[in-house]
Amino acid sequence: MINPKAYLTEKLFQDDIEKVPTRNGYGEGLVQAGEENTQVVVLCADLTESTRSEAFQKKFPERFIEVGVAEQNMASLAAGMALAGKIPFISSYATFSPGRNNEQIRTTIAINNVNVKIAGAHAGVSVGPDGATHQALEDIALMRVMPRMNVIYPCDALEAKKATLAAARMKGPVYLRFARAGTPQFTTEKTPFQIGKAEVFHEGKDVTIVACGPLVYEALLAAQQLEGEGISVEVINNHTIKPLDQNTILESVQKTKALVTVEEHQIAGGMGSAVVEMLAQRFPVPVEMVGIKDRFGESGEPSELWDAFELSCPHIMQAVQKVIKRKIA
Amino acid sequence: MKKEYSTKDLEKKANEIRQDIIRMLVKAGSGHSAGPLGMADVFTALYFNVLKHDSKRPDWEERDRLILSNGHICPVRYAAMAHAGYFPIQELDTFRKFGSRLQGHPERERLPGLETTSGPLGSGLSQASGIAYVGKHIDKTTWRVYCVMSDGEQEAGQTWEAAMFAGKNRLDNLCAIIDRNNIQIDGFTEDVMPLESLKAKYEAFNWHVLEVDGHNIEGIVDACNQAKAIHQKPTVFICHTIPGKGVSFMENDFKWHGAPPGVSNMPGEPAKEDQVGIALKELRTLQGKIISEHE
Repeated sequence: MINPKAYLTEKLFQDDIEKVPTRNGYGEGLVQAGEENTQVVVLCADLTESTRSEAFQKKFPERFIEVGVAEQNMASLAAGMALAGKIPFISSYATFSPGRNNEQIRTTIAINNVNVKIAGAHAGVSVGPDGATHQALEDIALMRVMPRMNVIYPCDALEAKKATLAAARMKGPVYLRFARAGTPQFTTEKTPFQIGKAEVFHEGKDVTIVACGPLVYEALLAAQQLEGEGISVEVINNHTIKPLDQNTILESVQKTKALVTVEEHQIAGGMGSAVVEMLAQRFPVPVEMVGIKDRFGESGEPSELWDAFELSCPHIMQAVQKVIKRKIA
Repeated sequence: MKKEYSTKDLEKKANEIRQDIIRMLVKAGSGHSAGPLGMADVFTALYFNVLKHDSKRPDWEERDRLILSNGHICPVRYAAMAHAGYFPIQELDTFRKFGSRLQGHPERERLPGLETTSGPLGSGLSQASGIAYVGKHIDKTTWRVYCVMSDGEQEAGQTWEAAMFAGKNRLDNLCAIIDRNNIQIDGFTEDVMPLESLKAKYEAFNWHVLEVDGHNIEGIVDACNQAKAIHQKPTVFICHTIPGKGVSFMENDFKWHGAPPGVSNMPGEPAKEDQVGIALKELRTLQGKIISEHE
């Protein structure tokens, strides 16, 4: 059953639910953050339109810095600007930032402990036709092992906007992960969002699904269909991968005693890994993990790729059925 | 603080800093010798004449910012900071030790006055450019940004990304200082990866370039003043220094890039037990010469 306190849209399971890319929410969040605080500056590495930094550039040209194709420079320039009191957001594709510039993020942002926000767009295979080189599948792993880094992966455009604003309001380095393709806009203004606080979107008692990013919607679809088959599934939107909301996840898993993790990222080192690292120590249960299985992406349409990489609703349902069998055994 | 020090005072100060560098490296038992000794005159000029700073207020908003990109030469920065009153000189003995504020490579949050964290080469000019951009284009401040780099790190691509950015944005509040000592860990720079013509390269990136004698303190101060008069371009000094300056067996010898005195026997070098004594004796003799030359 949908958790009424999640205030999800009434159109949740209707065919005409609006589809918006999460990067759009980043663009809107940047503008509002810029209005709220004059210290917010945005840097972009030649991807201004695509990362949706464009709206900020138009509204605050004096606080927008084009750095060209130079992601390493961008990370350290931002570190310098933060040292001079600014709140820089750096925008690029996740394969380049935090991919290419990982060491600069480590030394000049994280060890340096400065207030820089890293926005990685085009995460996941759902980037689509661009293919493997532009589909970031390792960025959560890169960022979540870095001390001091906060890692946030919003589930839809509205949550992406809230996450961007929350990142601007908090002090310290943050990694924000966004997707290219339009995905269902299913949360509302009233849906709670707080960094470090996972939200139960669907209540159940047999299995817990912990999901993040646009695949949270696929997990909800799976939960709804499984309900018809008599399987009661709890779905948690775990938008903050670090710091992990241990209590919300633990409470649910102690109740259901079975877990499925869902993410559009390598299974190795991703959000699911963070969850099972915690549960292995505190409350071990049978686990199935839905994610990328140690391979790179390829060209195709987003929905086609979600199916091919076994990430969408039917695969999540299979994982739930599998974990239930292991639970009974 | 400016103009309180005569050239003789500054030369003596640089020599004291060199002696402290030797002492702290010996205590630490590891660390870099050549670069810190080579840059002692530059750091003396910066901390005792050029920089607008206040050791009692390291966060003073109006201060000039000194970014050390090649963090491994931090012994010279630590020694200069101690002499400038940022912390007691005795604290230099803790360099590279557990719990010390004087980390093997500098960490901003551990020691007030450091400005940033550095070590991995190639990122300092980017950080300095970010600070300078805010100063010139956003907050319209009067403070200046200095960035000390090694010549070896001119091999890093990021250095040129930053050079391009600073040139494009006409960061005339930025002054970069390249320690052109011609050595790096694996050998002479021109053997490892030729850098010349550094001057032509920076000019092509829209920088004003000055060739500076890194052991002429008056000349270093003059160059810093000249840079202030250059508009619409960042300035870079190709600062010619002798690595290991002041200690005869270390001078111009890349073996001393990453080695401290008194730790190991090396072919053609004094025995390890003699290295520290010779180094300090030579520096003390030099100190005597500085005093008599000016009298």
